[in-house]
Amino acid sequence: MMLQQINAEALLSVSDLTVHRGPAKILDRVSLSLAKGETLALVGESGAGKSTIATALMQLLDGAEIEGTADLQGAGDLLSLRKREMVKLRGQRLSMIFQDAGAALNPAYTVGRQLITTLRRNLGLSRSAARSRAIELFTQVGINDAEARLSAFPHQLSGGMQQRVMVAIALACNPDLLLADEPTSALDVTIQAQIIRLILQLTRERGASCIFVLHDLALASQSCDRIVVLYAGQVVESGPSEEVLKRHRHPYTRQLESCVLEIGRKDLQAPEGTVPSHDQMPAGCRFATRCPRALDRCAREAPPLTPADPARSDARDHLFACWNPE
Amino acid sequence: MMLDTATTRTAPSRTAPIFELIEVEKVFQVRPPGRRFTREKVGLRALDGVRLSVEKGASLALVGESGSGKSTLLRMVAGLDAPSGGRALYHGRPIREVRAEGPGFARDVAMVYQDARGSLDPRMTVGALIAEPLRHFGIVPKAQEETRVGELLERVGLPADAAKRYPSGLSGGQVRRVAIARALASEPSVLVADEAVSGLDVSTQAQLLTLLRKLQQEMGITLVFITHDLGVASYLCEQIAIMYLGRIVETGPTDAVLNAPAHPYAAALRGAAPRFFEPIPEPLPGEIPSPLDLPKGCRFSTRCPMAQDDCRTRDPQLGTLGAGRAVACLHPLAPSDT
Ligand SMILES: Nc1ncnc2c1ncn2[C@@H]1O[C@H](COP(=O)(O)OP(=O)(O)OP(=O)(O)O)[C@@H](O)[C@H]1O
Ligand SMILES: Nc1ncnc2c1ncn2[C@@H]1O[C@H](COP(=O)(O)OP(=O)(O)OP(=O)(O)O)[C@@H](O)[C@H]1O
Ligand code: SF4
Ligand code: SF4
Ligand SMILES: [Mg+2]
Ligand SMILES: [Mg+2]
Repeated sequence: MMLQQINAEALLSVSDLTVHRGPAKILDRVSLSLAKGETLALVGESGAGKSTIATALMQLLDGAEIEGTADLQGAGDLLSLRKREMVKLRGQRLSMIFQDAGAALNPAYTVGRQLITTLRRNLGLSRSAARSRAIELFTQVGINDAEARLSAFPHQLSGGMQQRVMVAIALACNPDLLLADEPTSALDVTIQAQIIRLILQLTRERGASCIFVLHDLALASQSCDRIVVLYAGQVVESGPSEEVLKRHRHPYTRQLESCVLEIGRKDLQAPEGTVPSHDQMPAGCRFATRCPRALDRCAREAPPLTPADPARSDARDHLFACWNPE
Repeated sequence: MMLDTATTRTAPSRTAPIFELIEVEKVFQVRPPGRRFTREKVGLRALDGVRLSVEKGASLALVGESGSGKSTLLRMVAGLDAPSGGRALYHGRPIREVRAEGPGFARDVAMVYQDARGSLDPRMTVGALIAEPLRHFGIVPKAQEETRVGELLERVGLPADAAKRYPSGLSGGQVRRVAIARALASEPSVLVADEAVSGLDVSTQAQLLTLLRKLQQEMGITLVFITHDLGVASYLCEQIAIMYLGRIVETGPTDAVLNAPAHPYAAALRGAAPRFFEPIPEPLPGEIPSPLDLPKGCRFSTRCPMAQDDCRTRDPQLGTLGAGRAVACLHPLAPSDT
């Protein structure tokens, strides 16, 4: 009921996205929605399926079976679009910044050529129009001396500069939805701050929405309206950033928060255990093997996503899945 | 005059260092930018006048700007690259020379690479990848190999069935753990790690960090650790060295430096570290200069909020600041400035 209400105004609404690789269920009925202009952070254990969600939306996931739907306003279900339509959409409304910029850029071509090709193919610009647009984009993402930099090869640019080139390419076609998979994990914090500000500023100016994959919860709180916490392929908690981080209900969210290292902290207690392998996944709550609050029923019965506090309007879409919440 | 800090150096300062870098320089020959077809090469100075010593049992964090030379420095310490100038010593002898003598150095100094996935042969299973150093260095008899692989997997928090999988079937974080397990396999006394925990979720990161800290404190492993996360540096490493454009610009006890940075770039880094629900701070003005075209005078002068006229003509060298600290700045910040 409530989920549907939100879906009605959503730019993107993913429902029951399930991904199998052979017998392994990599994603299990993941649902999330994103309003126009909103930014959302996907956080959670490595291997939880964050990149899988992003690549599934782009139809770039190979060797996997995909179920569920992902409706992008005005375009229909991203998961069932035909390849040709998807390629067109990727040029016009949807783009992604990959986890590894160095690998995503083609080492054989200058960065200018890669950007200009994208612009010509997707926006149908003439060579000279694409070139001046490329210079404009480079300048916007803070690359000085843009014209000269167009003729640089990726390896001649530092990691931060390569990442800015990726941002420029991703924003080239004014996307409505930008997927940014750990866009700054490899960068120092000053450049990280600069790039996140840049992505937010450029997407806000265009009224675009953004899904970030992030590990840094503090950075998520600074940059995203909403947070979705994933564990072993399932959404375990989601909602407005303040709700999820300040009034979390799920024990796994607490575990994540307890591991945040602020400068000067020395008393870190690492959580026990690891995510079970896919052939040993509990039928019920997937966190049951490690959860300090587990009850008998937890391993048998999967807890449904429930509203955290239906009475409070600002907590409206704060959801968690747990039988014994905090 | 400067700081009164509670943090002390745990590394005994009178013992001979394990590693010593003296005025180290590394110049890469590269094509001039934008000149694709030329044979002409120009020198890119990735490290310039770096002095550093690492004592036994020390833990040193290398942090700094992307492209400042951290990986280059680490590769030199691991003996993978030779300096173009200056001297890089291991127990008083050139690292490259020691490394060429036999497997002893490679066993003793293990490295975790920045590109964990690229460092693992995709055709080998995880089990075989971890068994390789066990066999190469003769760590355990063949019959015990499988058990030891299992122990190492558990230590880094991978499920036992990971041994049968290939790197391509693992997530980024899982690959990182494999790389760490492989480095620990040779039972090294020095671990040099290039962003070994970046890109990991915080609970996995916590497990690896507590493991590394235990190895460090209980077994006295010496650690040289590149990270962008100042919280990680502060948790794991007693000492920190902050780099900018091929130079170490500030060094000292980690918390003392981070609580009251003396170099304006160190202060900018400290200020940019994410903080819950605070607005993301304004970035430093200007662009990082190209290492092919270094600014005159102080190399931070094009972006430094504290720059004065002399900064554009004089090139500051790393000078001591008391309490085990050193800074390369003509006008270092006083503790009250930050
Ligand atoms: N090509 C592949 N073949 C088989 N399994 C895969 C493949 N890629 C990913 N997986 C598995 O799918 C799961 C989800 O992986 P994914 O890369 O989406 O995780 P993630 O949340 O992005 O992790 P990280 O934070 O480490 O990047 C993991 O268990 C991983 O082992
Ligand atoms: N093999 C090489 N050939 C040419 N230039 C190189 C080579 N390796 C590194 N460089 C250059 O040397 C400088 C230092 O690079 P390095 O990789 O050491 O930086 P870093 O501090 O590790 O950066 P990051 O945080 O992005 O990993 C950079 O300008 C880089 O482009
Ligand atoms: S459902 Fe049970 S096992 Fe799962 S998180 Fe809640 S208390 Fe823990
Ligand atoms: S020497 Fe001058 S320009 Fe360089 S860091 Fe110090 S104050 Fe800034
Ligand atoms: Mg990922
Ligand atoms: Mg590096």
